[in-house]
Amino acid sequence: MSVSVPAASGPHEVEASDVHEQRALGFWLYLMGDAVIFALLFMTYAIMVGNTAAGPTGKALFNLNNTISETALLLISSTTFGFASIASREGDRRSVLGWLLITFILGAGFVTLEIREFTGLIARGAGPDRSGFLSAFFTLVGTHGTHVSVGLIWILILGGQVIAKGLTVSVASRLYRLGLFWHFLDIAWVGIFSVVYLPGLL
Amino acid sequence: MFGKLTLDALPLYSAIAAGGAAITVGGALLVMIVITWLRSWKYLWTEWFTSVDHKRIGVMYIVLALIMLLRGFVDAGMMRAQQAIALNSDGYLPPEHFDQIFSSHGTIMIFFVAMPFLTGLVNIAVPLQIGTRDVAFPFLNSLSLWFSVSGAALVMVSLVIGKFSTAGWTGYPPFSGIEYNAGVGVDYWIWALLISGVGTTLTGINFIVTIVKRRAPGMTLMRMTPFTWTALCTAILMAFAFPALTVACGLLALDRLLGMHFFTNAQGGNMMNYINLFWIWGHPEVYILILPAFGVFSEVVATFSRKRLFGYESLVYATAAIAILSFTVWLHHFFTMGSSANVNAFFGVTTMIIAVPTGVKVFNWLLTMYRGRITFHPSMLWTVGFVVTFVIGGMTGVLLAMPPADFLMHNTTFLVAHFHNMIIPGVLFGYFAGYMYWFPKAFGFKLNEAWGKAAFWFWITGFYLAFMPLYALGLMGMPRRMEHYNDPAWQPWLIAASVGAALILVGIICLVVQLAVSIRDRRAALDLTGDPWDGRTLEWATSSPPPAYNFAVLPEINDREPLLDMKQRGVVFKKPSGYQDIELPRNTAVGVVMGGLSFVLGFAMVWHIWWLAAVCGLAMWIALVVRASDDEAEYVLPASEVARLEEARYQAMATGGS
Amino acid sequence: MESNARRSSYVLGFVLAVGLTAIPFAVVAKHYMSPANSLIVIAITAVLQVLVHLRFFLHLRLTTTPRENLLAIAFTAVLLFLMLGGSFWIMFDLDRRMAL
Repeated sequence: MSVSVPAASGPHEVEASDVHEQRALGFWLYLMGDAVIFALLFMTYAIMVGNTAAGPTGKALFNLNNTISETALLLISSTTFGFASIASREGDRRSVLGWLLITFILGAGFVTLEIREFTGLIARGAGPDRSGFLSAFFTLVGTHGTHVSVGLIWILILGGQVIAKGLTVSVASRLYRLGLFWHFLDIAWVGIFSVVYLPGLL
Repeated sequence: MFGKLTLDALPLYSAIAAGGAAITVGGALLVMIVITWLRSWKYLWTEWFTSVDHKRIGVMYIVLALIMLLRGFVDAGMMRAQQAIALNSDGYLPPEHFDQIFSSHGTIMIFFVAMPFLTGLVNIAVPLQIGTRDVAFPFLNSLSLWFSVSGAALVMVSLVIGKFSTAGWTGYPPFSGIEYNAGVGVDYWIWALLISGVGTTLTGINFIVTIVKRRAPGMTLMRMTPFTWTALCTAILMAFAFPALTVACGLLALDRLLGMHFFTNAQGGNMMNYINLFWIWGHPEVYILILPAFGVFSEVVATFSRKRLFGYESLVYATAAIAILSFTVWLHHFFTMGSSANVNAFFGVTTMIIAVPTGVKVFNWLLTMYRGRITFHPSMLWTVGFVVTFVIGGMTGVLLAMPPADFLMHNTTFLVAHFHNMIIPGVLFGYFAGYMYWFPKAFGFKLNEAWGKAAFWFWITGFYLAFMPLYALGLMGMPRRMEHYNDPAWQPWLIAASVGAALILVGIICLVVQLAVSIRDRRAALDLTGDPWDGRTLEWATSSPPPAYNFAVLPEINDREPLLDMKQRGVVFKKPSGYQDIELPRNTAVGVVMGGLSFVLGFAMVWHIWWLAAVCGLAMWIALVVRASDDEAEYVLPASEVARLEEARYQAMATGGS
Repeated sequence: MESNARRSSYVLGFVLAVGLTAIPFAVVAKHYMSPANSLIVIAITAVLQVLVHLRFFLHLRLTTTPRENLLAIAFTAVLLFLMLGGSFWIMFDLDRRMAL
């Protein structure tokens, strides 16, 4: 009896688009959990902002120009990543790599400024072990910076995949999720300058 | 080179501790020797440890849960024995050891018994019930399992190297901070929770996507089984509540490791924020524990009353209501810690409200049984025992929900009795019922029913004898976690409680014997059709155990009870007209390897072996990136092979009779 | 959405975000208002900028975005309201009564 009879009528099996949608939803859910983590860190900061333990306050420590630079770098990088996304949809490998490179440089600039800010604070005796306020500051801003750093590594890895495999369905799908991640981090940064730096400098 | 780790870490300071270490090491060695003697390492590695099949992962979760149940129960027995004898005496356990035991008891039972048990049952049943081939993210499923094992291993290794936390399963600062607890115990606790917590968060995400996106055609949300509904709500709670635990433990770790001041006494710490963060997670957590059990009861009660579940829609809405409301009650865990009357009143009211949907469910279950044709399979016994006993615990919960009453009873044994009254008859009976219900599906043969019933009777009488005295003691003023006491009126109750514990021990022995006897007698109890209970839902349409692909042809769903519908239309177990190639995920070692690395990472963080932690962290990163870049993670099972497996099944059904 | 429309989306989003960033930074740098009023401006521009990001960078729309993704965001918003609202109420209440 022949066994390989052509498809019985029945429901379709999983297609590539289904896989992409499932991964996109899964990634959104991860981002929502991340949003909860950030929100709780924001809450912790807000209730500890006055716990300076007779040490330095935000007003003494924060630098407006530095914050403007970091904000500009991140916002522009979000836009350049958007252009990379468009190039990916168009199947334009070279443009994808170009825009990813620019995004990486801008993001690396952001992380560099932030590391310099942190080391400067620590050198002044205003490290995270100085007071509750500073613990909350370093952890909230540092968690964001760590996420950005992970994003930078991810850009490098995906750039490598674009070079090695081209803009396959899987690679494009991964770029899409990296985009979600990168834009989400810019939203978190809007929260950070609005809750930490600007009120701190008032 | 070895951080803080020295030979002093070995528990040679006390005979009991040394004994515990010896049993742990001995037990592990015994298992390894048996596996080696059976020459099963390769089999275990290729068929189980590297599997990404939800059915296998589910079984491994339950194995973990049952093993850790034994360890957690030893803790319980030791505490009962100590309290029975320690009137005006030191008993046999010094305070510091007693403190480690109550801390590990709670930590193990919640994180490494209840959570793996429910995750295992959800893994085995849900994809089958919704008519899909596997979960949305099979690799992450494997990773979640091995992160849970890693966390459990960290708790177990603390018996042998170092000590466990003495800060309770909740780890409140400042006592859990570095100033008052510089040893490794709290760190073991933190890392066990952080690592297994990542696993649970991933499980939540995995099952939300699976249930939302991978249901068989025709299965609308309101045609899903009640167990799948509770699994969905549980997954949502996992994904959204566990981040709060990550923050609470993470900030505590930063305090301990880097000298930060989140929860310290001095330098601007805010200790109440830990309690706030912990319970924002902690309350949804208890609903994570109970909702799948409610789901099991819904399935069991319908199957063994041979009747459609009463009030399906109200059950679904009640479950969803419980899920949302679980985020509105968390302050009731700390009514007594200084909040104003307004705050206490608000959370007291929300706590009372959340009891209502559960009440709705109880009526649904009772009305399902009413005028049903009931079979008292062990799972049905667990269910009836649950309904009666859990309601008592629920009522004491509503009593505790009133802040003025809670001021008298908080942190007494009344509270201990209340939450055990929810967890044992609720959570544990539910998962025992699920275990006995779905065991044939997972393994192809039924469990011995007589031993199952014996286990039930010993568990339920043991439970009443062990915990009802604790209600009385709480009202008499006995605080929880007492290593010794001087009120002679308490002792008779505590002796009664220890007799209850002994009865539960017999119940546990019955479970072990049940398993051994069932394995021995399996050929006489084979499940040849895949439908041992004349079931109504889709999982019983597959063979027992199902093939890797679950369904040769994905079913089309027309009814809330699809299998019953197929039986009534006369199309059940019909051969399809043909088979197609099926794409399946490959097994992978990355999950188990990352789990192992996470264990070493946790251990290194506990003992401050920084170079080792860095190496493991980097290795985990690399493994993850390699896995995530893998474009060939699937293989194709040819239609001919599918046909061969299906033919074998139909042959077995025909010859076996049944 | 075809490419030019997407490009315009990013550019417009960028321009709006720059504006919504410049306003609060200027208010703080130049001390245009009292601290209390400055905080209100900061809060409003932040909320608006987040919405700009969600729409122009993440392309979230009530019509085209899959329902389950929208539900995930809405559910998170509800939870954040509960967690943050509850936490602030509890912690400020404790601070008032217990000087914590």
